[in-house]
Amino acid sequence: MTHEEIITKLRDKFGAAFTTSEFRDNRRIIAPAERVYAVLAFLKQQCGFDLLAELGGADYLQYPDAKDRYGVWYVLVNTTTGVRLIVKTFANDPEPTLPSVFALWKGADWMEREVYDMYGVIFDGHPDLRRILMPDEFTAFPLRKDYPMRGRGERHNFPVITRPES
Amino acid sequence: MPLELADAITLPEGPEREYLWTLNFGPQHPATHTTLRLVLTLDGETIVKAVPDIGYLHSGFEKLGEHLDYNQYVTIVDRKNYISPVANEIAWFAAVEKLMGIELTPRCKYLRVIFNELMRIHDHLLACGAAALDLGGFTAFLYAFNQKEKIYDICERASGQRFHPSYLRVGGLLADVDETWIEMVRAFVRDFPPAWNDIVRLLNRNRIFIERTKDIGVLSKEDAINMSCTGPVARASGVVRDLRKDEPYLAYRDFDYKVICAQEGDCYARYLVRMEEMLESCKIIYQAIENLPPGPINVDADSKVTMPNQLSVYRSIEGLIHHFELIMSNRQWQTPVDEVYAAIESPNGELGYYVIADGSGVAYRTRTRPPSFIHFAIFPYLIVGHQVSDVVAVLGSLNIIAAELDR
Repeated sequence: MTHEEIITKLRDKFGAAFTTSEFRDNRRIIAPAERVYAVLAFLKQQCGFDLLAELGGADYLQYPDAKDRYGVWYVLVNTTTGVRLIVKTFANDPEPTLPSVFALWKGADWMEREVYDMYGVIFDGHPDLRRILMPDEFTAFPLRKDYPMRGRGERHNFPVITRPES
Repeated sequence: MPLELADAITLPEGPEREYLWTLNFGPQHPATHTTLRLVLTLDGETIVKAVPDIGYLHSGFEKLGEHLDYNQYVTIVDRKNYISPVANEIAWFAAVEKLMGIELTPRCKYLRVIFNELMRIHDHLLACGAAALDLGGFTAFLYAFNQKEKIYDICERASGQRFHPSYLRVGGLLADVDETWIEMVRAFVRDFPPAWNDIVRLLNRNRIFIERTKDIGVLSKEDAINMSCTGPVARASGVVRDLRKDEPYLAYRDFDYKVICAQEGDCYARYLVRMEEMLESCKIIYQAIENLPPGPINVDADSKVTMPNQLSVYRSIEGLIHHFELIMSNRQWQTPVDEVYAAIESPNGELGYYVIADGSGVAYRTRTRPPSFIHFAIFPYLIVGHQVSDVVAVLGSLNIIAAELDR
């Protein structure tokens, strides 16, 4: 199944609910947050995209001509045909929320946790949404564009446990 | 700190629960090799639940990528998976060059292939050697590191650095290789199969090694795909997927080699797949080094993406301007305002970069798709029901590199 056939299939099902874009060999489907789970489930069940190769996020705060703040992408691969497709969606402040795809691909578990940890995007339906790389006491979301590269001094304020206390 | 694992494992309730005890493993434990921590819940010596706690080595590499230009970031990329540094560089520049639309020269492609395969051998030697070391096979580890040392020498000859070569640049390489380097690679290709055979004879039919690895940490084909596994971990479970064949990048179309797969999906299968892949890599290196095309290593200077050579900077006004345009932080590369995902088959699996460019010489966002991170997520599922001593066997077979895990 080529990209065109997949997009035709999606158009039949979802109509104009999504847009497509293309750059080099990357084919992207941009779906709104409320439809993205349905699109991904359709792609998995009907188009054979059984591998979620990558899930990542970005903060478009300072990006030229960006309308939405947080972007999340899902790179899907059909392991039988080798076709690759990127699904993109956006979320916005104050409570950026997206549906979790853990029910479709278990591999999304840690990748969604990382996006939550770095950007504060909440994945609705994720069974165990905790910080993964940053310590649990950390309050900010470090990869957001309004977070300075050198930090806000959190490290200096970490509780220090002395030997008698430990 | 609450530590609850998502699903799949429900702890027994009531009086049975009192038999369970908790063991903290790491973050500084010799068998974890680097800093990662596991909280194991045990019933006697059987593991009923394992919760990984990672982030001890988190260094904000992705944040740094938003503040360093496309060439400068290579030094950070090197430090992600430091066991296969050049493979990381190849993945990073694959994304950057796809973004800028650069077509490499044939010689550069071949040299990158040679480095990618050397890194595969390098990584697998560590994975197999350290797996044996953790299970008590010290000699195999030393034989593996003996060969690893030669790859360090090859890196040093080409780039001047052993551990973090930083050898690639946008549109080319730091420097061309010389005759001595080619002879070193030839010598390596000649000497490697006998050394490989020594390791095989020590381990493949070793009863202790087989009993410690066979049927341990079994990953089924469906789970491997569903949990996003790639590379040797997926291939050992029967997933026939190799980006070198499926989405040929660089010059991989030109070479004759096999994709190694296994069916069992246990630690022993992962070990065997890695061992066999080393010989296939050796075949690719042999074909590439014997057919190394002549010509330049960098793309044409008119394209204004590669650094001009030193002579032209000092002797010509064009070279000086060209150099200035690339170095000054308010000029640099003119990139499209778009985003791109590119992935290569790194030794550990699919290593991808998602680069978002905003038109300046610094990437807006650099996202790594780290195979170690994704493979470590399956660890709690693999280890349940096994003994404490199997933890190191499974960890070794997944080849977790904590620097890439935490970035």
